[in-house]
Amino acid sequence: MSQYHFPRWSNKIRPLLAVVALAGPVYLTGIVLYGASPETLNVGYAPEQPVPFSHKLHAGDLKMDCRYCHTTVEESAQASIPPTKTCMNCHDRIHTESPRLEKVRESAKTGQSIPWVRVHDLPDYAYFDHSAHVTKGVSCVECHGRVDQMDVVEQVAPLSMGWCLDCHRSPESHLRPVDEVTNMSWTSEIDREELGAKLREVNNIHPRQDCSTCHR
Amino acid sequence: MAKYANVNELSDSQLDNLLEPPALVQNAETFHDITESVCSIAEADRMPRSWYVLFTLALCFLGVLGAMIFHLFTTGVGVWGNNQPVAWGFPIVNFVFWVGIGHAGTLISAVLYLFRQGWRTGINRFSEAMTIFAVCCAGLFPAIHVGRVWVIYWVFPIPNQMDMWPNFRSPLLWDVFAVGTYFTVSLLFWYMGMVPDLATQRDRAKTKLRQFLYGIFALGWNGSNRHWHRYERAYLLLAALATPLVLSVHSVVSFDFAVAQIPGWHTTIFPPYFVAGAIFSGFAMVLTLSIPARALFGFKHIITMRHIELMCKVIMCTGMLVGYAYAMEFFMAWYSGNRYEGFTFVNRAFGPYAWAYWTMVSCNVISPQIFWFKRARRCIPLIFVISIFVNIGMWFERFVITVTSLNRDFLPSSWNYFSPTIVDILTLAGSFGLFFTLFLLFCRWLPQVAISEVKNVMPSAHPHGNHGEVNHD
Repeated sequence: MSQYHFPRWSNKIRPLLAVVALAGPVYLTGIVLYGASPETLNVGYAPEQPVPFSHKLHAGDLKMDCRYCHTTVEESAQASIPPTKTCMNCHDRIHTESPRLEKVRESAKTGQSIPWVRVHDLPDYAYFDHSAHVTKGVSCVECHGRVDQMDVVEQVAPLSMGWCLDCHRSPESHLRPVDEVTNMSWTSEIDREELGAKLREVNNIHPRQDCSTCHR
Repeated sequence: MAKYANVNELSDSQLDNLLEPPALVQNAETFHDITESVCSIAEADRMPRSWYVLFTLALCFLGVLGAMIFHLFTTGVGVWGNNQPVAWGFPIVNFVFWVGIGHAGTLISAVLYLFRQGWRTGINRFSEAMTIFAVCCAGLFPAIHVGRVWVIYWVFPIPNQMDMWPNFRSPLLWDVFAVGTYFTVSLLFWYMGMVPDLATQRDRAKTKLRQFLYGIFALGWNGSNRHWHRYERAYLLLAALATPLVLSVHSVVSFDFAVAQIPGWHTTIFPPYFVAGAIFSGFAMVLTLSIPARALFGFKHIITMRHIELMCKVIMCTGMLVGYAYAMEFFMAWYSGNRYEGFTFVNRAFGPYAWAYWTMVSCNVISPQIFWFKRARRCIPLIFVISIFVNIGMWFERFVITVTSLNRDFLPSSWNYFSPTIVDILTLAGSFGLFFTLFLLFCRWLPQVAISEVKNVMPSAHPHGNHGEVNHD
């Protein structure tokens, strides 16, 4: 009889199997928890835009209010990307010859929109409403970071579901007086948790956590 | 009995025949005959012509399945007929159908083993393989119907960035665990039972490659006393573990319906009714497979007429259980005095899906009644046809339960007639391709009959005579 049996060295594999059985689930959890998380995949995303528009210059140095361009942020779900006309309110007089603004002038002439690249892109099955947050005292900074210090806008928050839920569960430390919402450099004079608790009561804030709040 | 008016007048052989049913293995003189007839199939260079024809056909259907799944993934679940109010269409029907077929495997391998039913040995490998492949087909449907299949790992309890966790109050989740457990235990049972036979094939193998591959899967089996001792112990333990699963899996599958509050679903009879139906359909599929296979591969001496007759009896018995459940559903609908329940059942039998309901009743309740006659239980073509009727009937049972309860729900404004799309139908057909491809490959390369166990029920394994332990049914 010509039997094939396992060679003797194969016995050494057995303790290795135990290691795989134990380490496998840990590895899998690590991959799902960190590897597939937007915190790993999306934070730091800073795509090149068709026009090198600097938020640092406009919102930071020139102290333009966010709402000058993002006009619908207080009324609708979308903060809205400004039309080229908004740029041309100033730029038909300022830097009219700048080569960096060539695409803006061309867009104004032809009426074709500038193909801005979206930085903060939620999945299609998540319904986020800007107005609901901004009018209750959740500042732009809380999700978008210090845009007034960014030459090129990048994603700073993970925008993952767990991250949304963290704030919906305990929003206190992310609340501020409603009239300071677009003030990027605002700081609280008293403890933020304390202030947030007060604001939460005054503004009647009850963040919902059921599925249909965001997934409709 | 008149024939045997006086026992004293009988010859010895007549007496034997009267007291003992025919032997479980016929026309095999020695153990070697069994080994030879099972192993020679995998060792043959060529298969019978019909194997190639069937395999080509199965591959074509498998290709159709692949194309349909590709179409589904690239386009979305809208390619199916599922919509309001029938949100659960073909995928769940097919899932329950295939899981049901997978039931006979454990019943034959575990329950009949514990009850010392010797006749299981001829068909248990077959039906266990059938179980594995049927559960593969079943698992396919929930997996592909989730929509975004690339994030299907969300259904598992793994810590994740979404703070999302499976809903442990949902019977759909219990289903994942029930079917998962069932598949794991069935696979282990099937594989472990096959180890000694794989070792036989390894020892008989002529080529290096076969020696190596069968050798790997035979796990170094050398047939020593100690190996056999441990094998028997493990087999008994697995059988004991698997036995509750026969009841639990389809009970949990029935919870998918019974826990919902839809009239026609929300009934306590569902778990036993589903289990009986599953065993019914499982045995029908075993017959559908074993009748051609025993002719094609020459197993008529191992899967004898007696085996087939016994399976016919199981089918008749479970068929009547299922018929009782159908009747009891109607009785409860009337007796409860619940008008919604009552409406659902009138709608079921006389509504727009009456054609499906009466197909189900004729196939499941009426057709197996012919097995009351011994001549019917010994007529192979008839048995084959009835077994296919039962398969069709059991598919329609799930269709009737799912669709008729949903298509006319509480809101008459949303009533709608469900029709499957061509993609639905081709996916169902394709799942048969997957099943038969796997099954034909199994027939080609693995021992189709549990060689070592069949030897156990041969007279030569009991040199001191048969003490009535293995030969009763």
